[in-house]
Amino acid sequence: MKTADGRPQAAGGRRQAADGHASYGEEAPPRKGFFTDTSICIGCKACEVACKEWNDVPDEPRGFTGESYDNSGALGANRWRHVAFIEQRVPVGAEHGAPDSLVQEAARLALTEEAGMDVAADGDLRWLMSSDVCKHCTHAACLDVCPTGALFRTEFGTVVVQEDVCNGCGYCVVACPFGVLDQRRGDGRVWKCTLCYDRLKDDMQPACAQACPTKSIQFGDLDELRERAADRLEILHRRGTTSARLYGDDPDDGVGGCGAFFLLLDEPQVYGLPPDPVVTTRDLGSMWRSAGLAAGALGAMAVAAVLGARR
Amino acid sequence: MKGERAMVPRARFQPADSYYGRPVLKPPVWKPQVPFYLFTGGLAGAAAAQALAAHLGRNRVLERRSWMVALAGATASPALLITDLGRPERFLHMLRVVKPTSPMSMGSWILAAMGAATGAAVTSELTGRFPRAGDAAKVTAGLLGPPLATYTGVLLANTAVPVWHEARRELPFAFAGGAAATAGGAALIATPVRAAGPARRFALMGAALETAAMLTMERRLGPLAANYHGGEAGRFARLAQVLTIAGGATVAGWGDKRVGAAAGGAMLMAASATTRWAVFKAGFASALDPHQAIDLQRRHGETRAATPA
Repeated sequence: MKTADGRPQAAGGRRQAADGHASYGEEAPPRKGFFTDTSICIGCKACEVACKEWNDVPDEPRGFTGESYDNSGALGANRWRHVAFIEQRVPVGAEHGAPDSLVQEAARLALTEEAGMDVAADGDLRWLMSSDVCKHCTHAACLDVCPTGALFRTEFGTVVVQEDVCNGCGYCVVACPFGVLDQRRGDGRVWKCTLCYDRLKDDMQPACAQACPTKSIQFGDLDELRERAADRLEILHRRGTTSARLYGDDPDDGVGGCGAFFLLLDEPQVYGLPPDPVVTTRDLGSMWRSAGLAAGALGAMAVAAVLGARR
Repeated sequence: MKGERAMVPRARFQPADSYYGRPVLKPPVWKPQVPFYLFTGGLAGAAAAQALAAHLGRNRVLERRSWMVALAGATASPALLITDLGRPERFLHMLRVVKPTSPMSMGSWILAAMGAATGAAVTSELTGRFPRAGDAAKVTAGLLGPPLATYTGVLLANTAVPVWHEARRELPFAFAGGAAATAGGAALIATPVRAAGPARRFALMGAALETAAMLTMERRLGPLAANYHGGEAGRFARLAQVLTIAGGATVAGWGDKRVGAAAGGAMLMAASATTRWAVFKAGFASALDPHQAIDLQRRHGETRAATPA
């Protein structure tokens, strides 16, 4: 099955843009999402804390990782927001495509002397911070493969696990192309970001977005967030930050666009994100065909084995 | 600095092609029950097909033994699957919905129906009661057997794990072949030689199909085939090859003797079980290596960019 632009469509012809969201009909509010603008993230981890507090997510101490300020590692059953810290050496002024102003240069030299470090010698230190979260995909593999119906599409277009239905089969864990879902030890079920489904129903914004002090995490109607992101990208490009790019905003990408998308300052894989993820169920038709043919071959072998005795 | 011991690990500047080498995907949370189920499910499915074929070919001895094998497989399978769940007491939630996009949902229904039909078929076979209903159950179980043996290929392929998803064409055939080798091997152990001719051919055809499918898979996997050459998966894969060759040769050469048939059958069963373990373990290695998913997606992106819409 192909869409108008020739790209293979996700499994099941009925699944169009909103992907289940539309089944709520006229009563559905506009699709909600996150725009995480990492260019203004300061790595305070207020989102991680607020998420844990509001959603009662258990702690999971990991000790000191030695990986910059990241001691929580990755998203998982007990971490529904995760702030990544990336330390890079980049040539001075490279980020802006032009040398720094004399004032900036003087300030840097003063700082260098004061700190007794020769920062400029092998390039500047660049610190990237980014708050990762479940992407609430348009074509969500976790939702497709869930055998119990525990995962469902809410009226807000988000993807949520029903904790009273999940039986911990673990299929969504391997289906998610972003490595978001995981099984909680000692509990057996899978847990992930609900985009604060309970708060949305009371017209409140998700805890992480409310706690974010720099508006790096923005919550709202997805259509509006996409416009806001495009504007922000244009401003950054105009200012010379040519490495800025949007991630997960394209409705024509392999997951049909993300409900939670990002503005990044480097390649996605630098942040631990897959560069071009595709929902696995897009190839479902060919997989079932292959299984059907293989089943036919197995039956034919059984019959042929018996018939061979007649000769 | 001499004599000073660092109390914390040295801070690292990360390489630019991943986030501190951390996996992009989550590794499976599936326990050893799953590869054993891949084996028992295939055994049950192919044994039912073999039993139905023997029924049609009027090989009564082979038929009855094969139904017993199928029942054993169909009994062990749900037990393995239920104990693998994070919440085993909720196993019936598997039958809340019918979802073609979820191979696990479809597989649960196939296994439930096939297991019930096999139970009915065996009951009728042993008691001699309700022969008509027994025949209907036999046909049902025999026809549901092959899909039971091959849907597991889709179960693994329908994931984000590169080495499984990229093997989506070959995995069902590998599992079909392995199932035939297993069911044929079990029948060779359980059946007197004079009735075991079809089982011999079934086992050898199955081993050949399994081997061919695995070789094709490795060729098409390209760089991802490395998952089958090293580590735990590599050890299982090499052991499976040895067992397949030894078992196949034993069945082909001495399959008309009781000892040869039983030994060869056992080796082919072990080979197929080992192959399932190789496939299972390859998935862990593939999910834990961030570069596999990243490189694959880049390659696909380039192919897409090069292909005019």
